[in-house]
Amino acid sequence: MSDRQIDEHTGVETTGHEWDGIRELDNPLPRWWLWVMWASVAFCVVYWILMPAWPGIHGYTRGLLGKSDRAHVAQELADLKKQRGQEAAMLTNASLEQIESDPNLQAYALALGASVFGDNCATCHGAGGAGSKGYPNLRDDVWLWGGSLEEIHHTIQAGVRTGEDGARLSMMPAFGRDQMLQSDQINDLTEYVVNLSRRPADQAAVGRAAPVFQEQCAACHAPDGTGNPAMGAPNLTDAEWLYGSAREDIKAQIWNGRGGVMPNWGKRLDPETIKALTVYVHANAGGQ
Amino acid sequence: MTVVIDRTRGPDPAQRSAGSGGDPVSAAERVRKKKATAGLYQARVPIYPKLVHGRWRAIKWALLIAMLAIYYVTPWIRWERPGGLPDQAVLVDFTGRRFYFFWIQLWPQEVYFITGLLVIAALALFLTTALFGRLWCGYACPQTVWTDLYIYVERLFEGDRNARMRLDAAPWSFDKLWRKTGKHLVWLGIAFGTGGAWIFYFHDAPQLIRDFWVGKGPMTAYVSCAVLTGTTYLLAGFMREQVCTYMCPWPRIQGAMLDQHSLQVTYRVDRGEPRGAHKKGMTWEGRGDCVDCNQCVVACPMGIDIRNGPQLECINCGLCIDACDEIMGKLGRPKGLIAYDTDAAVAARAAKQPPVYKLVRSRTIYYGAALVLVSGVMVWGFINRTTLDLHVLRDRNPMYVRLHDGAVRDGYTLKIANRGFEAKTVQIAFTGIPGAKLKIPGEPASSGALTAVAPPNEVTSVRIFVIAPPAALTDANIPAAFTVTDGKLQARAKTTFVTGAGQ
Repeated sequence: MSDRQIDEHTGVETTGHEWDGIRELDNPLPRWWLWVMWASVAFCVVYWILMPAWPGIHGYTRGLLGKSDRAHVAQELADLKKQRGQEAAMLTNASLEQIESDPNLQAYALALGASVFGDNCATCHGAGGAGSKGYPNLRDDVWLWGGSLEEIHHTIQAGVRTGEDGARLSMMPAFGRDQMLQSDQINDLTEYVVNLSRRPADQAAVGRAAPVFQEQCAACHAPDGTGNPAMGAPNLTDAEWLYGSAREDIKAQIWNGRGGVMPNWGKRLDPETIKALTVYVHANAGGQ
Repeated sequence: MTVVIDRTRGPDPAQRSAGSGGDPVSAAERVRKKKATAGLYQARVPIYPKLVHGRWRAIKWALLIAMLAIYYVTPWIRWERPGGLPDQAVLVDFTGRRFYFFWIQLWPQEVYFITGLLVIAALALFLTTALFGRLWCGYACPQTVWTDLYIYVERLFEGDRNARMRLDAAPWSFDKLWRKTGKHLVWLGIAFGTGGAWIFYFHDAPQLIRDFWVGKGPMTAYVSCAVLTGTTYLLAGFMREQVCTYMCPWPRIQGAMLDQHSLQVTYRVDRGEPRGAHKKGMTWEGRGDCVDCNQCVVACPMGIDIRNGPQLECINCGLCIDACDEIMGKLGRPKGLIAYDTDAAVAARAAKQPPVYKLVRSRTIYYGAALVLVSGVMVWGFINRTTLDLHVLRDRNPMYVRLHDGAVRDGYTLKIANRGFEAKTVQIAFTGIPGAKLKIPGEPASSGALTAVAPPNEVTSVRIFVIAPPAALTDANIPAAFTVTDGKLQARAKTTFVTGAGQ
C-alpha cells in the first residue's frame, strides 16, 4: 500500500495502489472542485441554521426562517378553497336547467364535474362513465332511477340503498336463495325474461312462467316488463342489462336478487359540486 | 507488420539515450509546452477603421438609416382590426397566441408559413451570395448595421482613426475621461433603445411604453430589454468583427456558395502588382497601380488586407473600394483597382483575355429554381389558406355506448377553428352511416345537419353524439367523416364510427 513512486512521465507521485500494473497518479483535486465542495459545506451550515434540518427525539430543529411545508400546504389548500368558493358561488343560485342552458356556467360545471367524477365516481362507473357488470352505464339512455336532471341530482345526493332516509331504495327478492321459488320455476322465468327482450325462447317455459311473472315480478317490473324508474325496477324488454343478458346471468339475478349500493354523496360533496356532477352526467348521457 | 504508435509514451528508450538530455516527453508535456508558446486563444487586436467617403459608404449610410427606421417605426404602425383584436400592424402576440402582420393573421398551427418564409430567406441569401458575395453581411446584417452606428458614435467623441489611436495610447486625462464616458453612455443609450424597441413587437406598443416606465410591464419585457441592451452594447461596442469571424456560422457556410464567378470585393491583382510607392512624375510603366498607401487596410472594419485575396473575414462592405478610389482619383489613375469583381475576371485579365461575367451558371440556376419553387408553394399555400378548419376527436372512453333499442351512440368533440374576424354559423354534417342521427347534448336529435356558431378568431368545441340505428352496425369500425360549412367555406375531417360489433 505504501509503494508510492514518482511517475516517470509526469513527475507526479503515485498513490501506491496498483491494479494489474496500472498505477494511479496522486494529482491534487482540481481547484474549482475544492471550492465548490467548501462552498457546499458552507451552504449546508447556513441551511441548518435557517431551515428545518436535524431530527431529534421529540421533534426537529425548526430553523430561523420558520419554514414549514405543512403550513405551506395548508395555506395553499385554504387559498384554493377560497378561489373555488368564488367560482362555485355562480352555481349556488342557478337551477340545474339554468346551468345547462348558460354556456359559461355549463362549461364550468362540465369541467368541475369531469374532475369530481374522476375522483369519486370513476372507481365504480369507470373513467368514461361506461360502467361494468353491476355498475350502471351512465353514458347510455337507460336509467334505473330516471335520467332527468332532477332525478340524477337526487340519486347522487341521496345515494342508492345506503340504509338512510331519502336514499333510492329497491330490493329485489332473492327468489332462489330464499327458496321463494323452485329451481324449475326460476328456469321458466328466465325463459320468460329472454322472451320479453324479443329473443328466441322456449315458448312452453314462457307459458308456464307467465302467471308466476305476473304474481311475483309485475308489481315492480310492470305487467309488460317495462320496469318502473320510481322503484328502480329495470326495463326487462330493452337491450341493456346491468348484470348481463345471457341466460345464466338472468337466472343468477333472479336467484340472488342482487342490488348495488351507491354512497350518499350529499354528505361528502358540497351542493355546488353535486350540481356540477349532475350536469356532467346528464350531458354525457346525451341528456334526457 | 502493424506498427503501433503510442503517442502517450516518450521516444524510444534507445533513441532517448542517444538523444540529448534523454528527458521523457509525454503527450501532456507536449501540450503544456505548446500552450506556453501559442495558445488557442488569441487576444483581440484593436481595429480603428478610418472614415471613407464614396459611393458604397453613401449606400451603407442610407441602408443604415432605412433599416434602423424600419426597426424602430414598425411596432408603432396601427392597423384597425374588428372586435377586441389588437390594432397593432405587426404584433407577435404570445399571450393571445397570434401573429399579426397588417392584414394577415397567423395562428400557431400555421407556423409553417413562417418556416417557409425562413426557407425562402435562406435560399435568397444563397442566391445573393452566389451572385454578389456577402452583401447581407456587408450591408444588412444587424451586427454590421449596429457596429457601423457604434463606430459613428465613437468617431463623434474620439475623432477619426489617428485621433482614436492617439487617445487610446495616451495616459488618462480629463479629456480622455469625458470622451470615453460620453461614448459609452451614448452606446448604452443606443443599446437600451435597441432592446426597448424589440419588446414593442410583442405587446401593444402605446400601452407597453406606459406600463414599462411605471414598472407594470410584463417581466418578459424587462428581461428581453435588459438582455438585448447587454448584447447590443457588448456585440456592437466591444466584440464587433469577432462576432463575424468567430461566432457567426455564415462566413463558414459562404465558402460553399461562392465560386470564381461570384462578384465580391476584389483587389485586381493583375492591375495592381507589382505594387510600390510612387513619387509624383514617376512613370507608371512597368509597375502596378497599387501605391501601397494602406488606405484599404485602415478603412477595413474587419482589419484585413483585401490585397491578400478573398478572405473568410471579408464582409463585402466595399469600404476599401471607396478608400482606394479616392487615392486613385488623386493619382489620376482609373478607379476600380479594388472593385466588385470576380476571381475569373481577374484571372482572365491577367492572361490578357477579355473578362467574362457569368451570372447564369449551374449553382445560380439551382438556387434560383429552389427559390422560385419554395416561394411558389408558399404563395399557393397562402392564397388557398382557409379560415375555417375542423378537427374531430373521437371519445375513447367509452369507445361506444349501446342504447336501449340496440342502437349505438358514439361521442365526438369537434374543434371548429374560425380564423376569420367574423362569427360563422356553420352546418355540421356527418357522412358514412346511413340513417345516423346527430345530437348536441341537451338538444333534440336530428337526422340532418346541425347548426353551431363559431365565434371569430377562436377554436370552438362542439360535443356531438352520433346515433347509428341497429341496421347500420355492419362492421366493428366504420369509416366516417364530419363536414362543416358556412356556405362559402367547407372543412372536412375523417374519423371512425366504432360500433362494438363482434365484441
